[in-house]
Amino acid sequence: MSVKIDNLQIYYTTLRGEVKAVDGVTFSIGDGEIMGLAGESGCGKSTLGNGLIYLEGRMRHAGGHVTLDGKELPIGDAKAMEQHRLRSVSIIPQYAMSALNPTRKIGRMTADLLKSRGVDYKSVLEEFRRRVALVGLPADVLERYPFELSGGMRQRATMVISTLLNPSLLIGDEVTSALDVSTQRAVGEMFMEFRDRGYVKSTIVITHDLSILAQIADTILIMYAGKLAEKADAQTIVNNPLHPYTQQLLASLPEVGLRYDEAPLVGIPGRPPSLLDPPKGCRFRDRCPVAFEQCTAEPPFVELHPGHQVACWKAIQDAQSFNEEPAAQGAGR
Amino acid sequence: MSMLEIDKVSKVYKTGTFGGDVMLALRGVSFDIGQGEVVSLIGQSGSGKSTLGKILLRLLEPSGGVVRFDGRDITSWSKHQRRDYYRYVQGVFQDPFSSYNPLYKADRVFEMVRGVYYPSSSRAEWEAKLEDALESVSLNPADVLNKFPHQLSGGQQQRLLIARALLLEVKLLIADEIISMLDASTRVDVLNLLVDLKKKGLGVLFITHDLSLGNYISDRTVILRYGATVEMGETHKVFGNPQHPYTKSLLTAVPQLHKKWESNGALVTTGPLARSGATAQFEADPILAEADADPRRYSRSAIHPRQQARAEASDGPKLSLMDRRDVPWHQRFGVRGPDYAAVIAANPPPVMVECEPGHFVAQSA
Repeated sequence: MSVKIDNLQIYYTTLRGEVKAVDGVTFSIGDGEIMGLAGESGCGKSTLGNGLIYLEGRMRHAGGHVTLDGKELPIGDAKAMEQHRLRSVSIIPQYAMSALNPTRKIGRMTADLLKSRGVDYKSVLEEFRRRVALVGLPADVLERYPFELSGGMRQRATMVISTLLNPSLLIGDEVTSALDVSTQRAVGEMFMEFRDRGYVKSTIVITHDLSILAQIADTILIMYAGKLAEKADAQTIVNNPLHPYTQQLLASLPEVGLRYDEAPLVGIPGRPPSLLDPPKGCRFRDRCPVAFEQCTAEPPFVELHPGHQVACWKAIQDAQSFNEEPAAQGAGR
Repeated sequence: MSMLEIDKVSKVYKTGTFGGDVMLALRGVSFDIGQGEVVSLIGQSGSGKSTLGKILLRLLEPSGGVVRFDGRDITSWSKHQRRDYYRYVQGVFQDPFSSYNPLYKADRVFEMVRGVYYPSSSRAEWEAKLEDALESVSLNPADVLNKFPHQLSGGQQQRLLIARALLLEVKLLIADEIISMLDASTRVDVLNLLVDLKKKGLGVLFITHDLSLGNYISDRTVILRYGATVEMGETHKVFGNPQHPYTKSLLTAVPQLHKKWESNGALVTTGPLARSGATAQFEADPILAEADADPRRYSRSAIHPRQQARAEASDGPKLSLMDRRDVPWHQRFGVRGPDYAAVIAANPPPVMVECEPGHFVAQSA
């Protein structure tokens, strides 16, 4: 397991108190695994992704540990993180299209970036050129300014730059959201290509679009209101979700070929709770169609089937009534 | 007769540092929208779909062609006539967060409508009307009135904007990417709301780049590429039996839950985003060559627009621009004249052929 996250808590400091955006999450990502991280806006998925590389001024590392390649990643210590950024952890930011310096050519900007990490640009230039060609960008892109590139080209250039030093962990934050379908597919396939070629070890792809994750992710982690809701391999999440939130999220996705008069979609009524003072117990309780008394207690995030973890009392109950075996396993954890 | 007819609408933008070059954003686009009909306009970024939406809302002047609403040409209407037009045609845009002034409460948008269109309505009348509108977008007045925009969710904000449009006797809604910024859980509510309104007779132009959303909601579909229609017709025919290679390539790229991309074959990239690559996945494709010769960009025509403008201005009456506010922009500046028309005429849209009843496809050159 190259990435291990243990009870991580990241809080935002606001005038009205601390917003518990990431409130005790525990999971791990294997080598060569692409993990999709999905959830509604405000569920903490971007905070989790960004927190692994850079804590902004108002973000606070409130507890928990991150282990990368067997060593602790000092995410709370901005100075100590300096040597890890770009080298071992790298991010493709949410607005990758505007992440490039508009006053520098792509090549020059990359040279500046590498210099700040103590890497000689010339020593990686050949590899840089090779990867630029790999993602289908013209060779002269290094001599161009960002505004001379289209959105999709900028997105690819950012991806190449972010992964130039072969990081162990790559975080892609809403990378495909602003793109057209064909560019979305090209970028999605780049993630798989980069993993297959060993440029990155583990990848976290953050998005609210489950259908993209169904295409590229090995495992999918669903977050809700700062907590983990469900984690399983991508096919299981799509075909056999156990958490009612995941089920409703999937039911609200339109698919090509479906029309309103054939199969009306249903949304999820209500809104996620405020994370300033989150309610006790299951946080999805108020919007959940199957909530019952036990949901006033916080559900544990347990493994009900091999590789399939869920935080839902109802799912635990169902698993128990079907079969004592997996429940006993889950309780053992 | 259709409610809204779009007849060979073209739009030329000036580009380049000094506006010397022109770009043809729309090339002779023609279709119509009937009452209670949802037409989705699908295209990638830069295909001109938002430009068309803005022309329909009279935020932009078309460079050629005519838009008719109930049989009357709206492109030459003055400001006062336009006010009546907006009573029937309203727009909702992509980003609900920037559609509100954050310093005022969100329901100020309703008061602004009242001020312009219903200044004589009594308080009670108005409140009943408002309640009606909120009810039809399934919002609870207590939840949304007297709140600031940041206190509302994106879905609520977007529904509030639709309610605002419903306060008028709106017959046509131009919905420009209205759900692409919303979460999956709330976007369905807005989508289903449009379906409900459609059943009550509202016509909707649903502009999107998401094919599955377009397919879900629309009766007819128009697919735009580089400002020209490549395929249009009844939605189930266009999606069920796509004819144009571009439509086919778009369909292979849509991410689906239960079907892997690979099963659709390798990605057929289109447009300027794709270049010849090193790996199989990014290999050159059959229509790339066509796409590379981006038909939108043309160098300036024989007569420079500004020279033309000066020539015309010297003959015309010497009025200041302020005095001529009601004269359409192109007549004031004289640049919509022959040279734009020449650009449009020199680049005619592809001929649309009816391949089956109610399904048109652009004939490849």
